Amino acid sequence: METILISLAGGLLQAFEPLNLMMIVLGCTVGLFVGAMPGLGSVNGVAILLPITFLVPPTAAIIFLAAVYYGAMYGGAISSITLGIPGASTAVATVFDGRPLAMAGKADQALTAAAIASFIGGTISVVLFTLFAPPLADFALKFGPPEEFALMVLAFATFIGLGGDDIPKTIFSILIGLVLAAVGLDIISGKPRLIFFDASGFLHGVNFLVLAIGIYGIGEMLWTLETTGGKVIVHKVKMSVAGFMANIRSVRTYIKSTSLGSVLGYFVGTLPAAGATPASLMSYGLAKTFSRDPDSFGKGNIAGVAAPEAANNAASTGSMLPMITLGIPGSPTTAILLGGMIIWGLRPGPLLFTERPDFVWGLIGSLYVANLFTVLINLAFIPVFVRVLTLPFTVLAPVIFVLCIVGGYAPTQTMHDVWLMLLFGVMGYLMRKLNYPVAPAVLAIVLGPLAERSLRQSLLSSQGDVLIFVERPISATCIALAAALMLYPLFLAWRRRREAAAGDSGSHPGASG
Amino acid sequence: MTVRQADFLMAIATILMSLGLMWSSTDGLAIGWVSGKGPGSGFWPFWLAVGMLLCSLATLVRWFLRHTPESRSTEIYMSRSAVVVVGTSVGALIALLVGIHIVGTYFALLAFLLFYLKVIGRHEWPLTVMLVGGIPVFIFSLFEWALQIPLPKALTEEWFYPVFDIMYETDYFWMYILGSFLFLGAVSLALHKFLPGQDR
Repeated sequence: METILISLAGGLLQAFEPLNLMMIVLGCTVGLFVGAMPGLGSVNGVAILLPITFLVPPTAAIIFLAAVYYGAMYGGAISSITLGIPGASTAVATVFDGRPLAMAGKADQALTAAAIASFIGGTISVVLFTLFAPPLADFALKFGPPEEFALMVLAFATFIGLGGDDIPKTIFSILIGLVLAAVGLDIISGKPRLIFFDASGFLHGVNFLVLAIGIYGIGEMLWTLETTGGKVIVHKVKMSVAGFMANIRSVRTYIKSTSLGSVLGYFVGTLPAAGATPASLMSYGLAKTFSRDPDSFGKGNIAGVAAPEAANNAASTGSMLPMITLGIPGSPTTAILLGGMIIWGLRPGPLLFTERPDFVWGLIGSLYVANLFTVLINLAFIPVFVRVLTLPFTVLAPVIFVLCIVGGYAPTQTMHDVWLMLLFGVMGYLMRKLNYPVAPAVLAIVLGPLAERSLRQSLLSSQGDVLIFVERPISATCIALAAALMLYPLFLAWRRRREAAAGDSGSHPGASG
Repeated sequence: MTVRQADFLMAIATILMSLGLMWSSTDGLAIGWVSGKGPGSGFWPFWLAVGMLLCSLATLVRWFLRHTPESRSTEIYMSRSAVVVVGTSVGALIALLVGIHIVGTYFALLAFLLFYLKVIGRHEWPLTVMLVGGIPVFIFSLFEWALQIPLPKALTEEWFYPVFDIMYETDYFWMYILGSFLFLGAVSLALHKFLPGQDR
């Protein structure tokens, strides 16, 4: 415990270094804007901005991106409330009560509650993170290749069991991400493989940013252009100091459900497939269930804004736990952060705590500071953000497209990758319209090289015996959990069928039953 | 085209993609066990592609049985307005990339932004000038100056030599950048003054 406190103090000091502090303020502000833009969320912001962070050292870069991540979680609420359009999928639940409040002229109340709840969620989760991360990393130090592989199988299994999307399409998405990661020179034998059309551009592989920016930058913009058509209606927000103080005092009406939602959000966030969106929906449901007045939910209950906002911020911190300690991202956004860490020459995983404590604790310290700054910037600039939201999409779209194109060029500096990015963007958009989930593919392309290496190393050490994965206790547990998760949808379908059958025979007494 | 038809076509496309990947993984690579070396180079992508094929076949079977919402939907996959807005954007992006190969990033960006803001967005001249000029200047200072990543310039490479001379010779290049933004701002203001509400 004491060592944690000392390391944390060091991390906090590091967060207050001028460059890092500047990165936090800049990241929070950019994140707030990105989150507030309808259609753009943390994952889009982090994917598009990652190439720009090559400008600063790794610690400052991840601090910037983590601040963007935080800011975007706060910002999502702004458009949910003022436009009635969720700024990102993570803020969907905020619309339920945020929109009715805005219609009733209480937008300022909803915005303040969202900001304060986000702060509570962020604070609770970052404390949990500090407590859980070091022991988990210590435990993970025992992992060998079989455990690593089993853990990755478990991460992918969460998409199948909890993702809620069409299962064959989810598995397809995971597999195509893994195959794309295999393009280029084989990591073990050095042989070139999957060099399509003999294009030399494939020799250096498919950079994960090409897929991530393609899908979350270009694909997402096309999607948003189609769905919004560029037309939005903004609600007027009136802010006054007296009203603000009253709003602050009303915290006690929702503090309990918010704290509960934060803890829930944190743990849901650590699961790769779950993350901030389901966490916020679950937290909303929880607040409604335990409320004294559940009927007022959906009609403008302030707790209905606070609970999901606390949970989505908590989940964003939660998703960093497996990324930092195990090297397995807890969300698409952290998958991109993980890919960035590899570019910066860091090896994510349990060794990070012992090899680069400055990096890890600098990040943790910056989470505390970012949380504080985001709530201050958010509260101070709510009127400005609301003004920016009136920007037509025909201004925003070309700016984002340009950032995507140059951002796709930067990592490898070949036009081949830019063309590939455009192709992935259009394909991703077309497939997403048919319910193919895209997040698993992004996670898979980041984890792909590691998954292949750990599988081949395990098989090599066991002389081709696949039983190695079930003979070692930790990997056996992971595989068993993964199997349970994969069978879970089948179980649900079976139960639904049985219930339907029981319902049928119940409603027709005397029939075949 | 309805969603149902699109779902069928996509399943066929993913089957072909999987077969292509399987074929490509066996191309001169071992997909099985190589004695003494463990799994061959093609082992991992080949069996993943087999998995992709199985998933695509499962999607196709479910399409025939009408098990998924997409396979039942008779809604239009892309409405006419969606085709127009998405098609124009994708077309403009393709033109931008072709332009980068011919006239280089910066001049292609000028044309792309001008098209997007003026033709699609129909924005006023002051805003258009500010963005069409400002974004390439911003990208230039970010990439060429700060990150030192040269973006492709193709035929216009030589036109940038004078700028590079200034950039490498002075420590005050940021003043030039600031100056260009001020100049663009002044032009926008002037346009705003002399073309009042001309194309609203």
